[in-house]
Amino acid sequence: MSKEHIRELVVLSGKGGTGKTSVTASFALLANKAVLADCDVDAADLHLLLTPIVEQRHAFMSGHEAVIRQQDCSGCGICMDSCRFDAIRREGAVCRIDPVACEGCSVCYRLCPDKAIDFPERVCGEWMVSGTRCGPMVHAQLGVAAENSGKLVTTVREQAWAVAVDKRIPLIISDGPPGIGCPVIASLSGVSLALVVTEPTVSGLHDLQRVLALARHFSVPTAVCVNKWDINPQQTEKIEAAARSAGAAVTGRIRYDRSVTQAQLQQKAVVELDAGAGDDIRVIWKQVTELL
Amino acid sequence: MAAARKQNSYRIAVASGKGGTGKTTVALNLAAMFGEPVQLADCDVEEPNDNLFLRCEQLTPHEVTMLVPEVDPQRCNGCGACGELCQFRGIVSLGSRALVFPELCHGCGGCALVCPTGALTEHPHRIGTISVGQSGTIRLIEGRLEVGVSLVPPVIRAVRDQLLDDVPAILDAPPGTSCPVVATLRESDYLVLVTDPTPFGLHDLKLAVALAKELGLPCGVVVNRAGEDLVGLHSYCQAENLPILLSLPDDRQIAEVTSRGDLVALALPEYGLMFSELATKLKHELAKTGGTP
Repeated sequence: MSKEHIRELVVLSGKGGTGKTSVTASFALLANKAVLADCDVDAADLHLLLTPIVEQRHAFMSGHEAVIRQQDCSGCGICMDSCRFDAIRREGAVCRIDPVACEGCSVCYRLCPDKAIDFPERVCGEWMVSGTRCGPMVHAQLGVAAENSGKLVTTVREQAWAVAVDKRIPLIISDGPPGIGCPVIASLSGVSLALVVTEPTVSGLHDLQRVLALARHFSVPTAVCVNKWDINPQQTEKIEAAARSAGAAVTGRIRYDRSVTQAQLQQKAVVELDAGAGDDIRVIWKQVTELL
Repeated sequence: MAAARKQNSYRIAVASGKGGTGKTTVALNLAAMFGEPVQLADCDVEEPNDNLFLRCEQLTPHEVTMLVPEVDPQRCNGCGACGELCQFRGIVSLGSRALVFPELCHGCGGCALVCPTGALTEHPHRIGTISVGQSGTIRLIEGRLEVGVSLVPPVIRAVRDQLLDDVPAILDAPPGTSCPVVATLRESDYLVLVTDPTPFGLHDLKLAVALAKELGLPCGVVVNRAGEDLVGLHSYCQAENLPILLSLPDDRQIAEVTSRGDLVALALPEYGLMFSELATKLKHELAKTGGTP
């Protein structure tokens, strides 16, 4: 299948914990056939609902890190003075790099007069291709305290595209990360549609507006749905009005329903249970497919 | 860790792994019931929400900038030394001239250092804003990433730079476990992890605990929307020796008050009491772990 026939939907939220993953898993089942991509590589949860069986596992190498060979360090401190990331400290007669703070910029490695700094490639996590009951899935886990989550998201998306082309599946559904920073930008650029799942709170509205502005910045069409809308119907109306005026399609509301947690406990998508929230998600899915 | 700071300048970070577990709710209500003046640093700079609840008037913003190179076309001979050094593709040499991509630059300054003709000078590039305000006993420092900018840690570092050295601080962290969270937790004395008793909540709590261990930070847990523990959260905390500092019940009233932008501790007095107790417990934990009080 050529790339022009493939559509890609990303589910975002701005604010975390609004129900992205529960909606994505439900879409995966309703789509019948799609490639799934978990782009929330920081705290990936989609696998808890779709119970993938891992078929391939790959180390994610990205960037480099600077490491001082203590025996060769004269303690001159040039590295420390040139580091913009405050990652180098003096320890006794030598300098030491905090691997967590190191940005991997190579400045110290270049400047060290003793050539006492190594600059090896850094393992930042792993990515996997798996099979699930609703199609192939590409997912990843970023290492604890690791960098480059944006690049790992890009890797996950590239692999999802490769699977879609290879298996002739015309739809990719990805579970996006929260926020508006580098992993979100990496998951958003060039997609066919971004669906933003929000909640009827002051924070939900504020964060929605920032993520919609980001999508506009990258010329990505947007749609919005409000989860747990009945917690605050007034705020729901306000959010839908704000979404419309920002040019986003309003696709529906999901009621507050404890079945969502029940579904998690049973490792199922909420549409696999007999639940009101599942019915609401079906309505939204129909709208979304029309927009795609 | 915080040896350079004065006594009583201890820092408590509130984080979670999973988003939407109630970090902001806990950080805000804890600050409101702290029992003494406190600083609240909103380090969730991608989506800062604290001031939606505090509604400080005097939030005078100032810019956060990062140094990004500019090319002097007169001096650049297109040798490519800058692009060879840059690890982030923020500068590349195309034909006879270097080209800068500010959105990819990490501001390390390396390109200007290696440029043999002095064609690169660094200039401030706006990546966000910092605002400081006061609401009752709370001094709020808010960081706000500019929409479209991908580099988050420098804005968080700018928030931390505004912290006063003689007042305790609560840091409201972003979700996740990667560089923005690490930038927040640096130089903290104690970590409060907020979770809920769901499979997602427990899974992401484990990631956050792994991060705390990596950073050598003592931590305790706040359980939000606590109901029946169907996932074994309590036995996990016991096995990991994590104190449960507070359990907030799954009460629809909390969700409603919070949805309006009001503080639970002030709107519902029984919860005010619970947050005062949380403040007391945290000070005990800090004494136990050597962070101060």
